Amino acid sequence: MNPGDTHPTTPHVEKHRHAGLSFLEREIDKTKIVLVGNPNVGKSLLFNELSGMYVDVSNYPGTTVEINKGAYRDAEVYDTPGIYGVSSFNDEESVARDVILEADIVLNIADATHLERDLFLTQQLIDMGKKVVVLLNFMDEVKKHDIGIDVENLSRFLGVEVIPIIATRREGFEKLEGAIERAREGVQREELHSSLHAMLKMVGSQAEALLVLEGDPFVSERHGVPPGTERDEIYVGRRNRVNYVVNRVLTDVSTKQRFSENFGRWALRPLTGIPILAFALYLAYLFIGKFVAQDVVSYTEKVVGNTMWEPWIRNLITSVVPQSSWWNQILVGEFGVITMTTTYLIFLLLPLVMSFYAALAFMEDSGYLPRLATMVDRILGYLGLNGRAVIPLILGFGCVTSATITTRLLSSEREKTIATAILQFAIPCSAQIAVIAALLAGAGFAPMMLYIAVILAVLVALGTALDKTLKGESAPLLLDLPPMRLPGLRNIARKTLLRTYHFMKEASGWFFIGALAVGLAQSTGILSVLQQFLVPLVTHWLQLPPEASTAFIMGVVRRDFGAAGLYHMSLTPMQITVALVVITLFVPCIASLMVMMKERGWKEGLVIWIGTWVAAFAVGGIVSQAVI
Amino acid sequence: MKTHNMIPASRSISLYNAIKGQWLRIFSLPNGLLRSQFIRFGINEGERVRCIERLPGGTIVLQKNRQQVAIGHLLAKEIFVLVLQTGEDEE
Repeated sequence: MNPGDTHPTTPHVEKHRHAGLSFLEREIDKTKIVLVGNPNVGKSLLFNELSGMYVDVSNYPGTTVEINKGAYRDAEVYDTPGIYGVSSFNDEESVARDVILEADIVLNIADATHLERDLFLTQQLIDMGKKVVVLLNFMDEVKKHDIGIDVENLSRFLGVEVIPIIATRREGFEKLEGAIERAREGVQREELHSSLHAMLKMVGSQAEALLVLEGDPFVSERHGVPPGTERDEIYVGRRNRVNYVVNRVLTDVSTKQRFSENFGRWALRPLTGIPILAFALYLAYLFIGKFVAQDVVSYTEKVVGNTMWEPWIRNLITSVVPQSSWWNQILVGEFGVITMTTTYLIFLLLPLVMSFYAALAFMEDSGYLPRLATMVDRILGYLGLNGRAVIPLILGFGCVTSATITTRLLSSEREKTIATAILQFAIPCSAQIAVIAALLAGAGFAPMMLYIAVILAVLVALGTALDKTLKGESAPLLLDLPPMRLPGLRNIARKTLLRTYHFMKEASGWFFIGALAVGLAQSTGILSVLQQFLVPLVTHWLQLPPEASTAFIMGVVRRDFGAAGLYHMSLTPMQITVALVVITLFVPCIASLMVMMKERGWKEGLVIWIGTWVAAFAVGGIVSQAVI
Repeated sequence: MKTHNMIPASRSISLYNAIKGQWLRIFSLPNGLLRSQFIRFGINEGERVRCIERLPGGTIVLQKNRQQVAIGHLLAKEIFVLVLQTGEDEE
């Protein structure tokens, strides 16, 4: 049967999946080419090659997974998240599955140095009855590693065309066009035929029939049939078939250890892995914390934003809306929706976010992150997290707002909650670290140690408490460690731009709302009432001067504002410590509060936000009562 | 290759107790999605693998051909393996 002929829409679709299908059905007549592959096999480079400049990035409805769509001649091209198999083990897989089900042609990109792993997905796509072309990437590494691959025989075993390529050098791309036209169904495993045939009567297509047999709960529900119980048998059969094929087409005689392999091993072991981590963080700090956060941002924010953009727009608005009016305050006042928000978004956040994503893409594409996650898995286990959580936590030292978004990659809601709470409570962002470091350096060694000890204690206590109280168990670590590679710059640039664009698109609206709320609070006098309300707490419980309450309130808008406000007060070293503890434990800034509400829901977001207030003043007060 | 089913369970040890450098044969994997994920990675019951790292705390890294997989300590406790003699099969 021809999968292109099947119509996948059924009346049994659950709500968000239905939205997902309609998302793909906008231009139903066009041929859909879908790129599918394991993580980090070069899909994006290929997508870029096919779709050129025009790309439509969209959130798959009901999920946080991004789907890129482009055009190739008369066809639509879709990029899918990296997956090891088609099912619904996580959000990425569910999204990829739905896009694959709609595909007319599947371009399957496989890592030639990891055939055993990658051909499992290939064989599954073939078993689904899809028209497939296999692109074998990293053929240069195959040569370097003395691996022999009999491509012709591989093509014969699979029953589909196999094209060797080197995506970073665009080698083999010239054969793509003809190959796409020759895409065909491959050799399906005979033992599946009878059960597939029976299931085909109940569901629309062979692809869906196979997924039902493999027990996919969503596809089964769509068709109103109970999920199959044969996944283990089908998977083992497929695995044996893949091993059989690999044994016949692959000769791997290389015994020499390459530097990249050794480096990969060193990155795992604490003794060598911790210095490697320290060095990686130092490089990231030089790039993000020094070059972008200081040099670039000081120009874009201070010069372009504060002295060019803001006065210009303020004059423009004031010529229409009188300066004394309430509206003028809201639009172009101290927290003006147009002035402050634009400066923050375009001149401060944009360069910062871009540099984070560039650094993240570099670590991702190099294969370092999974090794780091492995090294710290046991430690993070004490906080109810698994090793993967190291990624958002490290990013938090850069920008808590974007780090909160990356908690998406954690596998359970429980872990997302714990990681978000730790980020919001105990991780100071780069903007704040600079001010904190300057203040603490002036305060002396003992206050610095006290500050670090208190924040660490809160981090551990919070993680442990959430681990004990939240229901369920954290997912255990099971990670594929991809080969270490020097990442390609084109791919890093591409990932960075796409993610930055997406972040800005999502965060901007929330940012404006946040600024509007603070602006309203200021112009209605709520802000000063709040400041007055805090004064007794600040003077008696925290034993700080009354002006500190203003710094704290400003800290709600942006934490480095808060910390910077402390600069001009005459404080004793221990008072500095107390004030910094309070400011660090606060929720980082308006933007991160907004992003947290969006990611975790307003209820959970609000609980964490109020929690940070309580913890900040409780812990700060206890420290104050103990040392001042 | 498929003889692992005939080997008495008493000879198997938990992967958590494996030592770095040991060659192992997977005796049993936990059920459910994790089992499927192992099979996708090419690590099925009966496969011969090598423990290439055992980190402090019991996080294990297994290697089969070029495929490396990291396994958290709690999951490692649920996996049972047979220790092979210096890379040779027991048969």
